[in-house]
Amino acid sequence: MLIPSTAAPSCLVDNDWVCAEYFRTRSGILTDALVQHIWITVVSVLLGLALAFPLALLARRYRRLEGIVVGATTAIYTIPSLALFALLLPFTGLTPATVIIGLALYSLTILVRNIIEGLKSVPPDVRESALGMGYGRTRMLFGVELPLALPTIMAGLRVAFVSTVALATVGSIVGYGGLGNLLLQAVDSQFKAQVLAAGALCVVLAVTFDVLLVGAQRVLTPWTRTRTTS
Amino acid sequence: MDTHEDHVVIGAIWAWYADPANWQGEDGVMNRLIEHGLLTVTATIVAAAIGLPLAIWLGHVGKGGLLAVNVTNVGRAVPTFAVLLLLALGPIGSSYFGPYGRAGLATLVALVLFALPPIVTNAYVGMREVDRDVVEAARGMGMASGQVLREVEIPLALPLILTGLRLAVVQVWATATIAAMVAGPGLGRIVTLGFVRQDVAMIVGGALVIAVVALLLEVVLVVVQGFVDPVARARRRAAPAPRRAIVTEPA
Repeated sequence: MLIPSTAAPSCLVDNDWVCAEYFRTRSGILTDALVQHIWITVVSVLLGLALAFPLALLARRYRRLEGIVVGATTAIYTIPSLALFALLLPFTGLTPATVIIGLALYSLTILVRNIIEGLKSVPPDVRESALGMGYGRTRMLFGVELPLALPTIMAGLRVAFVSTVALATVGSIVGYGGLGNLLLQAVDSQFKAQVLAAGALCVVLAVTFDVLLVGAQRVLTPWTRTRTTS
Repeated sequence: MDTHEDHVVIGAIWAWYADPANWQGEDGVMNRLIEHGLLTVTATIVAAAIGLPLAIWLGHVGKGGLLAVNVTNVGRAVPTFAVLLLLALGPIGSSYFGPYGRAGLATLVALVLFALPPIVTNAYVGMREVDRDVVEAARGMGMASGQVLREVEIPLALPLILTGLRLAVVQVWATATIAAMVAGPGLGRIVTLGFVRQDVAMIVGGALVIAVVALLLEVVLVVVQGFVDPVARARRRAAPAPRRAIVTEPA
C-alpha cells in the first residue's frame, strides 16, 4: 500500500521509523486523525467536568454521599479502558459516544476528587467573612469558593486532559481513537513511520493541553502569582 | 436500545459463558486468564526489583525528587498502545515468548515500564515523608546509616511502598489488556477477537471478566495491605488517619 511507483530509494519503501516523506504524503490523514483526537478529548473532559460538578456539590452537601461518590468513581477508574468501551458497546454501538462516555467517566473520577478537595481547602474564615458581608449560597459558591478552589480544580483538569489524550487511542477499537486509529492500522501494515508519528503527536498534544491549562490558570488566578504556583 | 434487545444481549452473554468451548483452547478464557495473570505477576516483580531499590536509595540520600515526580508525569502522557506497538515492531519483535504468548517479551517490557512510576513515586515519597526528627533520633542513638535505613526509614515508609505496589498491580492488569490490540497475549484478546467476529456476546463476555478481576484485585489488595502494613495495624488500635496516595492512570 505504501510503495511508490518510482524506484528511487525512499524511507517509505525501507519502512524506516523516521520518515519525512511520510509527513509530506500523509499530512491529510494525520490532520484528520489529530482533529478527531482533539475533539474527542475536549468533549470527554468537558462532559466529565459537567458531571463532576453536581456530584462534588452533592457530596459536600450530604457528607454520607462523599464516600459513595468517591468509591464508585474509583471503581470505574479501576476498569481497563478496552473493557469499559466494550461494556458500553451494547448501549452506544460503534459510535463516538462509546469512547466519549468511557473517557468522561475516567475524567469524572479525577475531577470529583479535586473539586471536593478544592472546596474543602477554602479557609473557614473566608467563608465567615463572605457570610457576614451578606453573600448568599450561590454567590458564595461562584464568587468566593470556586475561585479559591480553582488551583486544585485546574490541577485535576491538567491530569484529566493529559491522561485522556493517552487513553483516547484505545477508542480505535470502535473506530474513534483519533491518532489511535493510525496506530491500529499499523498493527497489520507494520508501518513504523506511522507508529512513531502518531505516538509522538499524542505526546505533543498532551503537552500542548498541559501548557494551555497552565496558561489559563495564570490568567484566571492572578492572586496566586505572587506566591508559588504549582 | 429497547428492553427486548437488552434481553437478547444478556441472554447471548449468558449463553457465551455457558458454552465450554469458550473456556478451552488457546483463545479460551482459562488460557487468557492464566496468560494475563502471569504477565501481571512477572511485570510487577521485575518492576519492584528495579524500582524499589532505586526509590529507597534516592529517598534515603534525599536526591532525585524531580526524577520521581517526572517519571509519573511522563508515564501519564505516553499512550500504552503506542509503546506496545513501538516495542512489538522494534527489535524485541512479536514472536511467542514461553507461557506469555505472542509478543510476550514486548508486552512484558511495556508492562514493567508502566509499573515503574507508581512504585518509584510512592516509595520515594514514603521515604521522604519519614519524620526527620525520628531519623535524627535514631542517628543520635548511634545507629549506622544502613541500620537507620533498615530499622527506621523502610518500616515507616512501608505504607506508601505497599500502596505503590498495589497501584502497580492494578495498573499492570489494565495495561496488559491493551496488549491484545497489538495482537499480543492476555484477556483483551477475547475482546479484540470479538470485534473481528462482530460477536457482541464475546466482546462483553470478555470485558466483564477483565473488569470483575480488576475490581477484585483492587479490593483484595486493599485488604491484604491492611494486614501486612505494620503502621496500619498499629493505627487500627489508635485513631485512624488517611495517608496520601498517588493515584495512577487507567490504561
